[in-house]
Amino acid sequence: MSVLSEARAAPPATEPLTVVPARHPWRWVGAAAVSVLVTQFAHGLITNPGWDWATFAGYFFEKSVLQALLVTLELTFAGAVLGFLGGIVLAPMRLSRNPVLRSVSWTYIWVFRSVPLIVQLLFWANLGYLYDTLQVGVPFGPGFVHVGTSDLVSSFGAALLGLALHEAAYAAEIVRAGIISVDQRQLEAAAALGIPRLRQFRRILLPQAMRAILPSAANELVNLLKNTSVVYVLAIGELFYQVQVVYGRNGRVVPLLLVATVWYVILTAVLSFFQHYVERHFSRGWRR
Amino acid sequence: MIELRGVQKSFGSHEVLKGIDLTVGKGSVTVILGPSGSGKSTLLRTINHLEKVDRGHVRVDGELIGYRLDGTKLHELPERLVLRQRAGIGFVFQTFNLFPHLTAVENVAEAIRRPDARERAITELVRVGLAEKTDAYPRQLSGGQQQRVAIARALALDPKLVLFDEPTSALDPELVGEVLDVMRDLARAGTTMIVVTHEIGFAREVADTIVFLDDGRIVEQGPPAEVLDSPKHDRTRAFLSKVLV
Repeated sequence: MSVLSEARAAPPATEPLTVVPARHPWRWVGAAAVSVLVTQFAHGLITNPGWDWATFAGYFFEKSVLQALLVTLELTFAGAVLGFLGGIVLAPMRLSRNPVLRSVSWTYIWVFRSVPLIVQLLFWANLGYLYDTLQVGVPFGPGFVHVGTSDLVSSFGAALLGLALHEAAYAAEIVRAGIISVDQRQLEAAAALGIPRLRQFRRILLPQAMRAILPSAANELVNLLKNTSVVYVLAIGELFYQVQVVYGRNGRVVPLLLVATVWYVILTAVLSFFQHYVERHFSRGWRR
Repeated sequence: MIELRGVQKSFGSHEVLKGIDLTVGKGSVTVILGPSGSGKSTLLRTINHLEKVDRGHVRVDGELIGYRLDGTKLHELPERLVLRQRAGIGFVFQTFNLFPHLTAVENVAEAIRRPDARERAITELVRVGLAEKTDAYPRQLSGGQQQRVAIARALALDPKLVLFDEPTSALDPELVGEVLDVMRDLARAGTTMIVVTHEIGFAREVADTIVFLDDGRIVEQGPPAEVLDSPKHDRTRAFLSKVLV
């Protein structure tokens, strides 16, 4: 008897029939295997004396670590603000019809995405070697204000400059992605209503572009947070530099790297938490 | 009164409008018919300078649109002034183009530059029969309701003239009627309207003048009874025989 004729031989649906969902035995096998591995890892975290949790706990809230954490936060915050301000200028430039504005923006993004951050930071730290004084004045003409380069650009300044310039190139692309993701007919509708240009940008374009900008921008912010660790090459007391200083003294490398790691994880978690709410705000009108 | 004189427009080497002369009286309804690609939408878009003309000019109530006349030269106006002129000319798009992140009432109020913008917006929504939907987002509305919001948005600026670019072409058939009803009411209230549409029934009933456009030229124009029932031109006849099945 074939399967087909068996199906045909099913009883008439006079009484209610029960639906039985399909079973997935292999999912259970996979879940069991993963659980064993996770348990093993957790067990290792607790029992392996190499993690040295006592030292970790001793340094996690230690004053110099917290101060370094503050420097990391300052670099992240200032770098993000300056970087995105740069991006907001560079993105419309790259979309401009004027070839000069377009190619300058394109070149900037090309160069600053090409140069590794660590190389760039060292360049800025050695700015005084190229220009020992900086002046404000007429281009190619006389200057009014002279400042010694090393007075103006401290090592913190060089670090921030490097991070912001690097960040601006990435932010520009993120903002540009947001702008071109908005249906051009939206701006046409706004233009047909006679809404002034700046208001079109602020009220119509930006809120819609934010939907595309936010996930990438949050990603970039997390990247920046971690990239601040690169400025240790300029001997700035941010989180990573500070834990290196401590383990250079006491030799407890793993627990101190763990101190930095856990702080980075916590900060990323806080960012993700805010990301969720900001994204929800800008998704109004798209939710059902 | 709206006047187009010698309006020409090319996209690259393709000449879309080949010299359009058209006069539209205050309070009248003009329906533009024509096969696809004949330049109907482009013609409509030159009237509020969404499309810049290559030659010729457009006047609304005597005011040149998009340009300033200096001797024999037409200087393009700065965008700020063009935008101000557009506020006096309503435009309804085929695809509605509502702002998806704003509610119905916010969409209508967005361009109103008055302290009582919200009240004014609600009045317009009531007028198009959407009193219940003021706080709905476009996503939550049917196509017909979205187009009525778009009409309310165009009306909220007290335009001298409203342009409709195939306002029912993107709608499911059962939703076309509610939009045409609103447009019929506007026509009765004396709104100056220029409508690009394929709704011949609406054109016959509401239009004062029908303009038949083919290949970038006005082939013939006149009252519906003339153009629709006894067209003079072969191309008009050929088009109507395809549309009126």
